[in-house]
Amino acid sequence: MNEKYINVKINGKEYLFPQGIKIVDACKKIGIFIPTLCFLKEISEEGSCGICVVEIKGFKSLQRACITEIKDGMEIITDSEKIHKVRKMNLEFILSIHLPECITCEADGDCLLQDLAYKYSISNSRFFEKVKIFYKETKAWEINSFIKFYPEKCILCRRCINACKNMAVVNTISVVGRGYKTKINTPFELPIEDTECEFCGICVQACPTGALIEKTRIRKGKIFHFKKTETVCAYCGVGCEVILYTDENNNIVMAKGKEDSPVNKGRLCVKGRYGFEYANSNERLTKPLIKENGIFKEIEWEEAINYVAKRLKEIKERYGPDSITFLSSSRCTNEDNYVLQKFARAVIGTNNIDNCARLCHAPSVAALSKVLGAGAATNPIEDIKNTEVMFVIGSNMTETHPVIAQLVKKHKKDGAKLIVCDPRRINLAEYADIYIQHYPGTDVALLNGIMKVIIDKGYVNKKFIEENTEGFEEFLKVIPKYDLELVSKITGVDKDLIEKAAEIYGSAEKAMIFYTMGITQHATGTDAVLSIANLTLLTGHIGSKGNGIMPLRGQANVQGACDMGALPTYLPGNQRITDQLVIEKFEKEWNVKLPTSPGIFVSELTHYISKGKIKAMYVMGGNPLMTHPDLNTLEKALKKLEFIVVQEIFLSETAELAHVILPAASAYEKDGTFTNTERRVQLIRPAREKPEGTKYDWEILSLIAKAMGYKMEYKNPLEIMEEIRRVAPSYAGITYKRLERGGIQWPCPSENHPGTEILYEGGKFKTPSGKAIFSPVEYIESEELPCEEYPFILTTGRILYHYHGRSETKRVKTLESFVPKNYVEISREDAERLNIKDGELIRVKSRRGSIEINARVSDRPKKGVVFISFHFKETNANILTNPILDPVARIPEFKACAVRIEKIEGRS
Amino acid sequence: MDDNKFLINRIHEEKGYVEKEKAKIIAKERKEKLASLYEFLSFYSLFHTKPKGKNIIRVCKSLSCHLEGKDKIISKLKELLKIEIGNTTPDGEFTLEYTSCLGACSLSPSIMINDVLIPKVTCEKIPYLIKEFKEKEPMPLKIPISAPYGKLILRNVYEINPLSIEDYLKREGYKALEIALKREGETIIEEIKKADLRGRGGAGFKTGLKWEFVKKEKERPKFVICNADEGEPGTFKDRVLIENDPHSVIEGMIIAGYAVDAEKGFIYIRGEYESGLKILKNAIDEAKEKGFLGKNIYGSNFSFDIEIIKGGGSYVCGEETALMESIEGKRGEPRRKPPYPSEKGLFGKPTLINNVETFANIPIIILKGADFYKNHGSILLSLSGDLNFKGVCEIPFGTSLEYVIKEIGGGIKDGNLKFLILGGLSGNLLLPSYLNIKMDYESLSRANLSFGSGAIIAINDKRCSVCISENIIEFFMEESCGKCIPCLIGTYEASKIIKNIIKGKRKDINILFEIAETMELSSFCPLGQNSLKVIKDIIKEFKEEWEFHIKENKCPLKHE
Repeated sequence: MNEKYINVKINGKEYLFPQGIKIVDACKKIGIFIPTLCFLKEISEEGSCGICVVEIKGFKSLQRACITEIKDGMEIITDSEKIHKVRKMNLEFILSIHLPECITCEADGDCLLQDLAYKYSISNSRFFEKVKIFYKETKAWEINSFIKFYPEKCILCRRCINACKNMAVVNTISVVGRGYKTKINTPFELPIEDTECEFCGICVQACPTGALIEKTRIRKGKIFHFKKTETVCAYCGVGCEVILYTDENNNIVMAKGKEDSPVNKGRLCVKGRYGFEYANSNERLTKPLIKENGIFKEIEWEEAINYVAKRLKEIKERYGPDSITFLSSSRCTNEDNYVLQKFARAVIGTNNIDNCARLCHAPSVAALSKVLGAGAATNPIEDIKNTEVMFVIGSNMTETHPVIAQLVKKHKKDGAKLIVCDPRRINLAEYADIYIQHYPGTDVALLNGIMKVIIDKGYVNKKFIEENTEGFEEFLKVIPKYDLELVSKITGVDKDLIEKAAEIYGSAEKAMIFYTMGITQHATGTDAVLSIANLTLLTGHIGSKGNGIMPLRGQANVQGACDMGALPTYLPGNQRITDQLVIEKFEKEWNVKLPTSPGIFVSELTHYISKGKIKAMYVMGGNPLMTHPDLNTLEKALKKLEFIVVQEIFLSETAELAHVILPAASAYEKDGTFTNTERRVQLIRPAREKPEGTKYDWEILSLIAKAMGYKMEYKNPLEIMEEIRRVAPSYAGITYKRLERGGIQWPCPSENHPGTEILYEGGKFKTPSGKAIFSPVEYIESEELPCEEYPFILTTGRILYHYHGRSETKRVKTLESFVPKNYVEISREDAERLNIKDGELIRVKSRRGSIEINARVSDRPKKGVVFISFHFKETNANILTNPILDPVARIPEFKACAVRIEKIEGRS
Repeated sequence: MDDNKFLINRIHEEKGYVEKEKAKIIAKERKEKLASLYEFLSFYSLFHTKPKGKNIIRVCKSLSCHLEGKDKIISKLKELLKIEIGNTTPDGEFTLEYTSCLGACSLSPSIMINDVLIPKVTCEKIPYLIKEFKEKEPMPLKIPISAPYGKLILRNVYEINPLSIEDYLKREGYKALEIALKREGETIIEEIKKADLRGRGGAGFKTGLKWEFVKKEKERPKFVICNADEGEPGTFKDRVLIENDPHSVIEGMIIAGYAVDAEKGFIYIRGEYESGLKILKNAIDEAKEKGFLGKNIYGSNFSFDIEIIKGGGSYVCGEETALMESIEGKRGEPRRKPPYPSEKGLFGKPTLINNVETFANIPIIILKGADFYKNHGSILLSLSGDLNFKGVCEIPFGTSLEYVIKEIGGGIKDGNLKFLILGGLSGNLLLPSYLNIKMDYESLSRANLSFGSGAIIAINDKRCSVCISENIIEFFMEESCGKCIPCLIGTYEASKIIKNIIKGKRKDINILFEIAETMELSSFCPLGQNSLKVIKDIIKEFKEEWEFHIKENKCPLKHE
């Protein structure tokens, strides 16, 4: 209770309030409602509308309750005839520039202005005049398919602009002109799609009227006719809490970010805001399919279940349980994942289960659990605002984790320092204090170089190292040779920049590191993660508020899929299959003898199929034929399999090769839980009825298990969660009932445990010795370096408007039409040298394949580097990528392979 | 802010014209968002984003020029150029625009061609101006001055060459600075407090107290700003000081900087005062050369520099926080107060902001002492409108208004006094019955009045108060910044209603009072709060003229 309290009189009564509180908030606390319109707390505090005015003794004019702080001894009156008159008049002013079309307005029933007009009983404004509306006209929003702007309804409150500035931190719309000619517009009235707009839609959410509306919801109904569901976005691993609105036809039509969510605080990205549409698609699979003579035929569920059970049994009996492999999905719930791995282990008897984390954060899991104790982000997302320095390496978060990027940019705007390292001049680089453009695959050298500067300049946190770590001496031995000269040569980065970055990170009290696939998707991915861990240990930037490592997880439940043991070497709860006590616990719970030899990694699938060890594959919600490296070879291998089952919502590229396809419910139709990138377990709830003919993933698996003679009878996901709580100590305290009130971060060992926001607080690491381990790491070159034949380095990744194999996003009209085609990013310099024009169709060739793709001449890639996304089938970067694996985490080297660029003669 | 030029000055380098591609380049070079830059550009009347003529003719339409027949000037220009307001001649030579007050109200009507102000324009002169147009250097105006009780603030005006620091030095120039540097900052502030100097910008706040507030702040750096954004219609006394005695202002600023521990000063001069800007620039360079600015002034530990910021054409930027926003490269919209500039001003740092005349008074107080100043202090008034003498006068406090109007102003031109507007258009209406009031803070305050900006616009009894109100409200409507609804809509509506009353289309006067009350009570800044103040009083005092307009559908005084 360090807060200072002050005395105020409100409407004649005395109150005590903490210093610094605004009148509007103080009044709320004591149950006095002050109407506001232009005000969005901490986001838009313009004080423009003049609705919240109150009387304060000693002031001639009324004061704005939204922006006026309470001062000691203030005497405030919140309602009087004078106040009422002024509010009413200002409402009339506002209504004079607002076309009152409530009958046809999308925002009817969801409009602050309407509420206020109702409250103050104003049916029309004496000042209404169409001329004033013309001043606000603009054509900038006409073409784009995401956002509709009705300038005639705009009340110039600036909430949209401030939300864009202070929440999305994109800042792409302007207050234009002044006085009565003021309007909201894009700069130079550029079409909004030609600005930096990322279509996150926060402007729409901030609009208090129907001036800004999602185009996709127009004429779909009014808010009071929609069903409202609070759930979690099904795309990336940020885990934004979202409110979905479903119309009477069972279509989800609108999304809003949940404003009190600790994760996203109302924010969403373009996919979260519009990407739900795929669930409504009529391309959804609704009947089990069986392939006969190369053609899929619809069959009944019972027949399908029995057939799958029979075939799995046959293969298991003929080739042994380890001839079957399972691919789980980080787009499915914890409960689904739990059931699939249980199916693999208890029903089939194999540890051949993996999930797509193998292709993204396997090195993080391997490295961080070894040296720190847990393979997960150490701090909550909310903690970003507590740090001084944000060090972002190998993470194009603006496109892959847009909401975290928004938070990082916001914190930078609020005064924190930002260091960005990426081979491409990504959007975040524009905001950075230091931007380092290193060559792909040189992260270890760069990090070692930074650590050398930190050591040389004396920024080492000796106390932390002494008390909390081991292996420092060994680690120190590798560092000296990484002097700036050498590191600059390897990475292609100015010495000066490396030095500055080291100084900023090293001298900070608090610093957080964010990384993604740029670090992990290399044959040296584990090494790079170890380097990051070393850097945090060297400076003590871990294990406290504002200090930590944030590996950003790529998919909604990739953390959960790993937590649930959809991994060849771990059982649920991050427990090793080699731990006898653990095995016994599970055997007892599952009532079966469990296999103890490690399963195969999904990244080694091709290898094991060609060796004849794998005969069947069971895929739940995965699409390896888009997302794995060297697709040509993989496809050949998969075709050799005797039996492929795919549980899916769409006929994916992988499903096309299946023998049986089982139609499943989507994430927007399920109950269950997702665990996001900060270890927060959150409830998901069905926003729509699942299509007739589909089943839940856990339900399908239970039926097959039963048909195979294993008793698996869950009534609902709740029952599965209860089982998870029994076997996984880190989830033991997480009940649905608690989750109803908000997510909980694991570890949460008991029902009265609040969950764990920050890992390793007080230097308590979860390694056997209780100390964090320094790991000496040497820089190793990527396997493929540019050479005469293949002179470019190809790096790959996601783009904002699509997601992975594009199964979902290609069925979202807005997203698909915005980016309908793949492209290869090539630097201006290289393009000029090769005489390649922007948009020209060119050939990109690697040792494994070749694609024809349009060039995008860009300022983003470093010279000698090109970028291609893996979202599009025919032009998939993964036709080219190198399947070489990291020796520890078995992740392929997606982020660096050698390619050549060829002009296609006769065409351009 | 260190290596970067201030955005507003950077835009002036482009002569105010920034099209899309140029804007992209500027945004990139400054690491700024295009949207922010565009917001900024679209706010200021001197900046534009679409091509205009080679020469821009701006016709002042504020009250003094209105009274002196700006309408005829406009008609003549339209006729000659064959274009409407806002348009450009087909040959691309001229663009014709209206502008708010140009600060040359004693020489009305005036127009500006590019940077050059042309005073006392007549219809006869216009063809010559246009046909034989030649780019000229902006020159200081010959604004008449009068100081029947002696010149103190005006002591150097028209006595020295404003481009020569030597002239200034011969008249005790920078002597006050030398004296001040030998004293403690606190002592200087005490002196200013004792002299009871009050701000000459409009609010009349006690200068010494303001300095003390800034002095107390621990945060560094601190800034001193000279508000030379003289935009209140009818006010031009700062122009006279800047154009004729720049060093007094600069010396005052340096002393202020020393007293409050600031290291950097800014002069924010309105974009229309190009000649003043050049003179100030020269003066700063000279002062630097002589060591009055820069490092270790007079061998002391004190270092101080002054930079000039050229405004972009916006009345609201005269409001201190809007002015700071403008320097920071943003739209000139007022900030919420508190925090006051003394705590968090320019770039969030403690800032002392005073008016030009306020600073010009500082050397006098230091040289002559607080006691002298308290008894013999004076104030500048800008006289315009229907007076026989129009110009800047200096009067000792306590002079009667009658003396100012009849003796200095030479009485009313063309008829009798109908009313005065004191303190600019956001000031007060004074009926002839007020003529015996004494012009000092106490007397005015007792009558619920204030000096405001020191402007006095006299209106004779042949003028119709409704038509004058139309002109007044149009100014506020054009200059409203657009931040708050009460001002943005209120000024527009009031203007529309008055126009309709004049046209006989509207019968209801009371709604103007409703609008005025809402604006007074809930506009964001004082400029909005006061914009209908004079009109409200006009309606009260001359109701019969309004009713005549409404009933008879014509002007009682035969204005068309």
